[in-house]
Amino acid sequence: MSEYLSILIFILIGTGIVLFTFLLSRLIRPHNPYHAKNLNYECAEEPVGNSWFQFNNRFYIFALIFVIFDVEVIFLFPWAVAFGQLGLFALVEMVIFILILFFGIFYAWKKGALKWV
Amino acid sequence: MLEMVLITLIKVLVVVVAVLTGCAYSTYMERKVLGRLQNRIGPSYAGPFGLLQPLADGLKLIFKEDIVPSNVERITFALAPMIAFIPALLSFAVIPFSSDFELFGYHITGMLSDLNIGILFIFAVTSLGVYGIVLAGWSSGSKYSLLGGLRATAQMISYEVAYGLSIIGVILIANTLSMRELVAIQEGITNWIIWKQPFGFLLYITAAIAETNRAPFDLPEAESELVAGYHTEYSSMRFSMFFIGEYANMLAVASVGTTLFFGGWNGPFLPPVLWFVIKVVAFMFCYIWLRATFPRLRYDQLMNFGWKVLFPLALLNTMVTAAWVML
Repeated sequence: MSEYLSILIFILIGTGIVLFTFLLSRLIRPHNPYHAKNLNYECAEEPVGNSWFQFNNRFYIFALIFVIFDVEVIFLFPWAVAFGQLGLFALVEMVIFILILFFGIFYAWKKGALKWV
Repeated sequence: MLEMVLITLIKVLVVVVAVLTGCAYSTYMERKVLGRLQNRIGPSYAGPFGLLQPLADGLKLIFKEDIVPSNVERITFALAPMIAFIPALLSFAVIPFSSDFELFGYHITGMLSDLNIGILFIFAVTSLGVYGIVLAGWSSGSKYSLLGGLRATAQMISYEVAYGLSIIGVILIANTLSMRELVAIQEGITNWIIWKQPFGFLLYITAAIAETNRAPFDLPEAESELVAGYHTEYSSMRFSMFFIGEYANMLAVASVGTTLFFGGWNGPFLPPVLWFVIKVVAFMFCYIWLRATFPRLRYDQLMNFGWKVLFPLALLNTMVTAAWVML
């Protein structure tokens, strides 16, 4: 339990240091905003249009693939830790599991999910 | 109990200050080494050999005006730098810096917190950093920021999978997730895991460079296309939080690599903590060397490489290692 307590202290002090530097900077820096300064950067031109625009839905597909495979990678961790005691059976089981993963990535590849544009 | 808390408090302060100083001097080292590699001399005016340069940069950033564009989402805009920085710092909580030692009659462990799931903890907290980047890109209200943030997110999650898989081989050999035990089994140079997992190490370093958005995988901040990527609209201390966060991430990757593959603080003659620092600095030097050597990839090349090369190879490495450990 005390191990997690020290991590909690670490989080608190880390956050504290960040907040402290922000506060310090707020106290000593100049503050002089005006309209032209507060515009978004767009190569020294007046910004055109809204910046919350449509973007390529490839990003979404990659996020889905990531969720699928990353969750499966998590299953490998407990297996790897206990591998020494599990023996041949665990090896065969995991080889089958990894082959399924291989098949999955191959399927996504053939379906064109991994193709960028 | 009070003594325990006090010792922890002092250790936390020491670690935080050490990491922040490490980040500051990583920037110095990067500029100096990069300068030498490009036949320049790098920063040399502030102090002897330019050693005070990081301090001067920090002071300058604190005194800078904080410009917040009028169309940002204020709350997320303010939170994003912290979300990018704090997880990067947090991974140092479980890294063993030194062996145990006695000080003023107290037995002090060489790490902040000996979690039995050390590596998983590091992977969990470093993955949180991506939220800071995507929120920064989205809330800035600038086209460059949004594109940079999206790119960074897609890249980081793509390489996250290979990054996680690349260390499964190490865990298969060590049969533990605790950082302390990982160091303990690597005593003596012949027992370093790098000799048993050379390929796993290559996968680790490649995925880690992409994970920390460094050259040649620094697409999120491709200056020629995206100005500065997700932190285009940030200035002053908020900008420096992203900057320190990036270096803290690099240091974390170097420290984890040292602990997993190069025996952590193990080493002859010199004190353990010095060995740890030497190995981490060597790691950082490789980072800078790679940056000076390789040109930037194209985005489709980057995604293809992550999913079609790195991920299958990491799976293959896991299988081969498992079979090898079995024999």
